[in-house]
Amino acid sequence: MSASHSTAHAADTSKLSPQFHVAHHFDSADEQFDSAKLGVWLFLVTEILLFGGLFCAFAVFRSWHLEAFVSAHHHLDKVMGGINTVVLICSSLTMALGVRACQTNNQKQATAFLIATLLFAGAFLVIKYFEYSHKFHDGLLPGRYFTYAGAKYPDEKIFFGIYFMMTGIHGFHVVCGMVLIGWVLLRNMKGHFSSRYYVPVECVGLYWHLVDLVWIYLFPLLYLVG
Amino acid sequence: MAETAASHAHAPAHAEGTNYLNAQKGLMSWLTTVDHKRIGVMYLISTLVAFGLGGTFALLVRLELLGPKKDFLTADQYNQAFTLHGAIMVFLFIIPAVPGALANFVLPIMIGAKDVAFPKLNLASLYVYWAGAIICLSAVLTGGIDTGWTFYTPYSTVTSTSVISMTFGVFVLGFSSIFTGLNFIVTLHKLRVPGMSWFNMPLFLWATYATSVIQIMATPVLAITLVLLIAERAFGLGIFDPTLGGDPVLFQHFFWFYSHPAVYIMILPGMGIVSELIAVHARRRVFGYHAIAYSSIALALLGFLVWGHHMFVAGQSELAGVIFSFLTFFVAIPSGVKVFNWLATLWGGSIAFTTPMFYALSFLFLFTIGGLTGVFLGILSVDIHLHDTYFVVAHFHYVMMGGTVMAFLGGLYHWWPKITGRLYNDGLGKLACIIIFVGFNMTFFTQFILGSRGMPRRYYNYLDQYQPLHAFSTYGSWVLGAGFLLSLFVLMTSLRSGAKAPANPWGGASLEWHTQSPPVTENFPGTVEVKHGPYDFNAEGTK
Amino acid sequence: MKEVKLDGFWLPRSGSTLAPEIDFGWNVAMWLSIFFFVGIIGALVIFVMKYKRRSENDVTSTVDHNLPIEITWTVIPSVLCVLLFLVGFKGFIHAQVAPAGAMEINVTAQRWSWLFTYANGVEKDNMLVVPKGKPVRLIMSSRDVLHSLYIPEFRVKTDLVPGNYTTLWFEATEAGETTLFCTEYCGMSHSDMLAHVKVLEPAEFEKWLSEEASAKAKGLPPEELGKNLYTGKGCNACHSLDGTPGAGPSFKGLFGKEETLADGTTAKVDENYLRESILTPAAKLVKGFPPVMPTFQGQLKDEDVAGLIAFIKAQK
Repeated sequence: MSASHSTAHAADTSKLSPQFHVAHHFDSADEQFDSAKLGVWLFLVTEILLFGGLFCAFAVFRSWHLEAFVSAHHHLDKVMGGINTVVLICSSLTMALGVRACQTNNQKQATAFLIATLLFAGAFLVIKYFEYSHKFHDGLLPGRYFTYAGAKYPDEKIFFGIYFMMTGIHGFHVVCGMVLIGWVLLRNMKGHFSSRYYVPVECVGLYWHLVDLVWIYLFPLLYLVG
Repeated sequence: MAETAASHAHAPAHAEGTNYLNAQKGLMSWLTTVDHKRIGVMYLISTLVAFGLGGTFALLVRLELLGPKKDFLTADQYNQAFTLHGAIMVFLFIIPAVPGALANFVLPIMIGAKDVAFPKLNLASLYVYWAGAIICLSAVLTGGIDTGWTFYTPYSTVTSTSVISMTFGVFVLGFSSIFTGLNFIVTLHKLRVPGMSWFNMPLFLWATYATSVIQIMATPVLAITLVLLIAERAFGLGIFDPTLGGDPVLFQHFFWFYSHPAVYIMILPGMGIVSELIAVHARRRVFGYHAIAYSSIALALLGFLVWGHHMFVAGQSELAGVIFSFLTFFVAIPSGVKVFNWLATLWGGSIAFTTPMFYALSFLFLFTIGGLTGVFLGILSVDIHLHDTYFVVAHFHYVMMGGTVMAFLGGLYHWWPKITGRLYNDGLGKLACIIIFVGFNMTFFTQFILGSRGMPRRYYNYLDQYQPLHAFSTYGSWVLGAGFLLSLFVLMTSLRSGAKAPANPWGGASLEWHTQSPPVTENFPGTVEVKHGPYDFNAEGTK
Repeated sequence: MKEVKLDGFWLPRSGSTLAPEIDFGWNVAMWLSIFFFVGIIGALVIFVMKYKRRSENDVTSTVDHNLPIEITWTVIPSVLCVLLFLVGFKGFIHAQVAPAGAMEINVTAQRWSWLFTYANGVEKDNMLVVPKGKPVRLIMSSRDVLHSLYIPEFRVKTDLVPGNYTTLWFEATEAGETTLFCTEYCGMSHSDMLAHVKVLEPAEFEKWLSEEASAKAKGLPPEELGKNLYTGKGCNACHSLDGTPGAGPSFKGLFGKEETLADGTTAKVDENYLRESILTPAAKLVKGFPPVMPTFQGQLKDEDVAGLIAFIKAQK
């Protein structure tokens, strides 16, 4: 998909993405496109390693405090978590369709799909907000702020330390993703993208899929397995 | 190889004497530039300032250790001084210096490219570096920092100093490092000119590639570790706090999972530079090109498997200690292979006694000692005695300073004519190198003796019996400081009064010597053709 | 006076049964290093002299590989490394596994002092007394941050981790005295966190232990007790007796003084102020001093606090 798009529509490229030009240090648009994609993939590697550290911490503490973790994870709301999983999977779908729409020069459709993605992301955060406020209310908080009276094991506070770190950092990534999607949405509405040039949408899409993927691991680990 | 055809040398687009330095004028033209050469120069200045600052703290530490009790600093000031020395040298100087300054400048030229793949990201990495540096140093004004550069918990969560500023600064600096590494990997994959195959690249680029891989893969783990530490201090998260069910040793695992590979971020670029210096200044085709290239990659990968050797006595399991020790010995092999290949490259060469060659020879001498003493520390039983003593301090200074800093200075003197277009006083340059070499050995060889005799590190007061060696080490630090000042003086005076540098002052064969000094903004006036390998000194056109 | 006695140029005297094995590893590494160093630097010097540039037109060798040589210099160091690993492995396992029936002593570290507790309840601050020729196992933990117990002459070192027990063992081979260091950085007075190690003949050791037990039962006059605690609990690391301020105010002439506090108010140094400052040091901080003093709540009994107050009163 990367190599052929610029020649496939050679006839009408002049009208598409009029602002686009190849930077002086690249030989061709393809080379520039491949470089950008490689760059984003490398960035995603760093993201995976960032979350990898947290997953390691989770694994270590779970093996040390198994009973406490199992007991603590019952406080998480599986229904809300499940709905959020579905919401994010839908957002990944609309993101992919948005990229597709850009590739096929369908600007209006792309705008619609990107807005839908933004709405799903917003819905995710709203649901997360209700989950968090419930935890705050019950005193199910990390470390020294853990005040929940009904805890069976003292180490449940470690579970919530890790829960808030993992979902908090993931939530931060969702917010960053929304900013980026908003940015490509605006550029799309200005007509910057077309089959000739859609690198930013593609790259933001890759990033957004990773954010979803992280949640797809977080949900079963935290909510279902504990 | 590597010549731009003669007819292009005076392409009409460029007026005579135009180069990247004078193409645009004014401070704003520098601050908004996306030219990798200008960014490299700004990185060079920034990291040298950091080196000066870190060095000043080192001199303060040595000054305090002149006598066994209080001399000039209070215990608290001393603890802050060695913490700042370590943190500044590691995070603000040695990690960014070679990639940010030297590799940034020469990497695109060496592969015939006009710039790195993402020039704006390159500038962003410099701005992020400045932001991180300011945040780190703000710790000095907001209560200081006394944890040591390793930020071990639980001390770092209970001390009243501003750990959050410093660790947040280091977190920010991590992005700068990731941006640079990511940029180099994409550049090397996508922007090599036709004919520049992977095995046609100068060895410095293999080392830089390996370094970039580590920057990408290890830095995020440090980032998350520091985020957890900040959350620990700010919100009492409890992950590293035993009173809340956490584990302080887990912090050490996380920390060294980054910081051991980071040791290779520091030394690999130095090794790469030395490969260039020895080949060019001995005008000899590199012996064992493939072995040196692959050993860089091997070091990058093995570096991820040995973090536990920092924790043989830290309370990790015996089994973990045994496994980490075994793996650690395999790091010795690629390093040893490199040393033997460099020696073999000197054999049969035409060795010029230039300043860069002096630094390369100093590197070989000091790195050999640093490497061999590392073997002592890898032996499990011997490490019990030597761990956290001055022996360790001496060992890593021989590798980091005797290795990386000597290579960095050698590289700086090697590419200085290319960067600035000026030649320096070679005699004074060599004299500075000799003074640094003598001062370095005075300062740090004594510390091997101190350490093996049981002197613990990070001590403000010490037993009287260690005083003569400590004093000698302090005198050495003055010689060392004088050497660095002279070295700086040589470079600075060249800017004012140095002769104009020709395109190829050393008779090098890699691409950067086949463009004018200093290069034009686009590096080469015309198209670039690779006609021979980077070390074909006997080929036509290199003499 | 504290010191580490040396044996030869590099290493301290060998004072435990573990030392010979560790020193063997050291010696093997040392001789191998000397061999390789002389070889590498010798070759370097010879090449630099023999192949120095004679003219700009020197023709240099184009030999760029030689498989047998490259295999040799990869395989031989690899084999040597495996042997070195085995040497270290053997010594390490020996040092990790205490013999059955070793005498156990509990060690508690706190910034910046050591507490050694014997099986019969005897507690010694900053003084580790052990019998000669008998294996001793230390069971160690920290009350606050990481510390590390290091006795150079015995070649032992292990970190003390809060919330966890770590152990080490040794068998001293000669009667005499040596020094114990903290080797994991632990803050302000890290370098003052030293202890005496006394090795006694077994019979003398038994005598010492029972005398200590009966002295403990009798108790000391308050000022004597306070004096012992002053050095034993590490107060001396920060509070001098001669008027020079350290990390905390000097004890000289302290009692009865009017101190200005960090919040600007003043407080008279009396019995209640001293008691509060020992048990909750951060409550009334004297201006100009950092809040680094750890609490001694739970570690000092009432008569200990009274003893310290009596001792401070006596410092006129």
